[in-house]
Amino acid sequence: MANALDPHAAIVTTASGAGDGMLTTADGKPLARALARSQSRARRRAFLLVLPLLAFVVVTFVVPIGQMLQRSFYNDGFSANMPQLSAWFDQNPRGTEPDDAAWEALAGDLVASAEVRSIGVVGTRINYDVPGTRSLFTSTGRKVRGGIEPPYREALLEMDEDWGSARLWNAMREAATPITANFYLASLDRRRAEDGSIEQVPERQRVYVMLFMRTFWLSLLITGLTFILGFPVAHLLATLPMRKSNLLMILVLLPFWTSLLVRTTSWMVLLQQQGVINDILVWLGVIENGQRLQMIYNQTGTIIAMTHILLPFMILPLYSVMRTINPSYVRAARSLGATSWTAFRRIYFPQTLPGLGAGALLVFILAVGYYITPALVGGSSGQLISNLIAEHMTGTLNWSMAAALAALLLASVLILYWLYDRLVGIDNLKLG
Amino acid sequence: MLDQGTGDAFVAFEHVQKSYDGQTLVVKDLNLSIGKGEFLTMLGPSGSGKTTCLMMLAGFETATHGEIRLDGRPINQVPPHKRGIGMVFQNYALFPHMTVGENLSFPLEVRGMDKAERERRIRRALDMVQMGAFANRRPAQLSGGQQQRIALARALVFDPQLVLMDEPLGALDKQLREHMQFEIKHLHEELGITVVYVTHDQGEALTMSDRVAVFNDGRIQQLAPPADLYERPENSFVAQFIGENNKLPGTIEELTGTHALVRLATGEVIDATPVNVTQKGQQTLVSIRPERVEFKPEMMPAGAHMVDATVIEIIYMGDILRARLRVAGTEDFVMKMRNTLGQTPLEPGQQIKVGWHPADARALDPV
Repeated sequence: MANALDPHAAIVTTASGAGDGMLTTADGKPLARALARSQSRARRRAFLLVLPLLAFVVVTFVVPIGQMLQRSFYNDGFSANMPQLSAWFDQNPRGTEPDDAAWEALAGDLVASAEVRSIGVVGTRINYDVPGTRSLFTSTGRKVRGGIEPPYREALLEMDEDWGSARLWNAMREAATPITANFYLASLDRRRAEDGSIEQVPERQRVYVMLFMRTFWLSLLITGLTFILGFPVAHLLATLPMRKSNLLMILVLLPFWTSLLVRTTSWMVLLQQQGVINDILVWLGVIENGQRLQMIYNQTGTIIAMTHILLPFMILPLYSVMRTINPSYVRAARSLGATSWTAFRRIYFPQTLPGLGAGALLVFILAVGYYITPALVGGSSGQLISNLIAEHMTGTLNWSMAAALAALLLASVLILYWLYDRLVGIDNLKLG
Repeated sequence: MLDQGTGDAFVAFEHVQKSYDGQTLVVKDLNLSIGKGEFLTMLGPSGSGKTTCLMMLAGFETATHGEIRLDGRPINQVPPHKRGIGMVFQNYALFPHMTVGENLSFPLEVRGMDKAERERRIRRALDMVQMGAFANRRPAQLSGGQQQRIALARALVFDPQLVLMDEPLGALDKQLREHMQFEIKHLHEELGITVVYVTHDQGEALTMSDRVAVFNDGRIQQLAPPADLYERPENSFVAQFIGENNKLPGTIEELTGTHALVRLATGEVIDATPVNVTQKGQQTLVSIRPERVEFKPEMMPAGAHMVDATVIEIIYMGDILRARLRVAGTEDFVMKMRNTLGQTPLEPGQQIKVGWHPADARALDPV
C-alpha cells in the first residue's frame, strides 16, 4: 500500500517509532504538526485581524466589569487608611472590649488620616454600615489635626460620645479587613450581628430581597405577556404575502427607531389619570369621573410600558423561526386527520420552540436589568432592582453595594442561562 | 375506462373552476372522473393548474365553482381532516421533531386508536416500505429515498382509499427515482388503492399510470392511457409535451377519411393521418416521432412518400444514434436509429431520403 512510487502515497501510516500507528507525512513528520504549521500563518493573520476588536472588548468591557465585581467584595477605604487600628482588630478576637491600646491606635490613625485628608474616605466606608457616621469622622478629624493628648479614650469621648458606641466599633472591625462578604449579606437583607453571626436586618429595613423577587416576578410576567401578544403577530408576519408582511414588519420595528424616552413619555400621556385612556373611559361612561384608574406610576405602568418596549425582542426570533416552517407540515397534519387545533398544538407549536426559547430568554434578561422605564413610570411600587443599583451608584455613592447587587443579578441570569442550556439546549436557540 | 361525468366514479370533478385573484381562472371547467383503484397522473408544465386540482381534492383550496365528489359524496364543504385522504408531499413534510414511529403514529392517534393497534399498523406500514428498522430514527437522520418511503408509509398507515401524491419523487436523483417509481406502482397494485399523482416528469407519468391527464392553461388537453398519449396525441401541445417530436408545418392538399396528403412549405408532399383537421386547404402541423422516421426504402410501406434530407450531424448516445437532418427547410428534424451491428453508417453532409408510415405522421392543429 505504501508504495514509494505511488504519487498518492504522500501520507502513509508508519508502523515505526512507538508503533502506535501515528500518521506522518511522506517525509516522516507527524501529520498533526505538519498541519498546524501549514495553517499557522493563516491563523496568525486572522488573529491580527480580530486583535483591535479584542483589545476594545477587553478595555471597555472585561476590565470595567472585573473592577466592578472586585469592588463588591473588596473595599480598603478603612483598612488602608487606618492601619494601626486594623492591626489591633487583627490581633484581638471578636468580642474583645477596646482597651487602651485600641484607643491609642484609633487616635493615632485619626490624626494621621486627618493630616493626609483621607478621613472622609474612612468616614464614607463606615457610613455604609452605620448611617450618620461620616460627619463623626470628619468633625473629629478637624479637631485632632493639631494632635491629641492621652488618655485617648476620654479625649475622644469628650469630642463626641458616639465614639463609645458598640455598633460603631463592630462596623470598624468589619471594615478592617478589605475582603468582605458584607455587601453581599446586605444585598440579601442580612448583616453581621455583634457576635459575628449572620442575622436578618430589622423588618422595616428589608428591601433588597423583596425587590429581587419583584424584579423576577415582573420580568416573568412581562415575558409571558410578550409571548401572548407576540406569537400571533409573528405568525402573521411569517405567513402574510411579502408586501403586507413588510408593512407589518415596519410597524413592529417602528418602536426600535423611536427614542426610548419618547415611547415612555407617550405612555405617560396615554395612561395618566387625566390621560387619553381615562378620558375615553369616562366619556364612554365606563367609570365615574371621580374614579379614574391609576394606571401609571405603579406596577401596572411598569408592566404596560416594558411589555410594549420588549415586544419586538419576542417577535423577531419567533418570526425568524416561523418563516422557516414549511406550511406543508400543517397541511400534512391536516390531511392525516388532525383538526386545526391539534395540528397547531402538536406540529406547528413544537417547531417554534427554538424561537420561543430565544425570545423568552432575551426578553427576560433585558427585563431583569431594565432601568429607565421603571424609573420614569414605575412610581414607588414599580421600581426594580436596577433602580436601586443606580441609586447606590449615583445617590449614596456606595459602589460596593451597587456592585454586589449587580453581581447577584448577573449570577442569577447566568444560572438561568445554564438551566436553559440543561433543559432545552443552547444550540436550539435561534435569535434570527 | 370511465367516461366523463359518470355517476359511480370514485372521484369526480364536475365543471370545477378555480380563481385565486378573481381576475383569471387557474382551472377552467375541469371535468374528470377517476375510477376506484385507478392510478391517474396529472401531468403538465408548472402553472398549468394540476397542483391546484390536487389541492382542491385534498381540501387545502376551495373550488370557486363546480362540485368535487368522493365516493358519491360532495366534499366541497368537508374540511381536509375529515376527508380521509392520504397525501405525500413534494418535500415529504415529515414532522422533524418526531421520530419515524411517532410520525406514523400521528394519524392513528388523532383517530383515537389504542396503543396495541397503533403499533401493529405502524409495523405493517414500515415493513411495507422495507423500513422496519428505522422506527426510532429522526427524519433528519434519513436519506432522501428513506424519507420518501416513510412519507409513503405515513400516507398509507391509516388505510385511506385515496392517496394523493404531489411530485413525490422530484427531489431524488435519477436512479433512485426510477426505483421508487416501481415501488409506488407495486404498492398501488398490492393495496388496490386509488392514486392521484401529480408530476411534470412525462417519463414518470408514462411508466406509472393507468391514465394520464395532460394539463395546460387550466384545461385537460388529453386524458388517455400512456400508449395512446404517446402514439396518438390529439393536439400539438400534447405531441410536443410528451416525448420528442418533429414538427412540419404545411397545408392539407387532400383529405380522404383516415388519410391526408400535406403539402409542406417547401413544396414536398407527405402522407399523414388527419387528427384535428377537417377540410382541404387548412393549415396544419404534422407531428412525427423521431424513432418512427426511416431512411431505408425497404423499410417503408409501399407507395409512401419520401422527402429529401441532408444529414447535419450524428450524435452518438450509446443505445441509439441521433441524426439531425435538414428537412423541408427546418434544421432540427431528428431521426433516431438503433445502434445495431449492421446499422448503415451516415456521415454529415450526406444526402438521403426519409419517410414514415402514414399512421405515424399526425396532422394536428397549427399552434
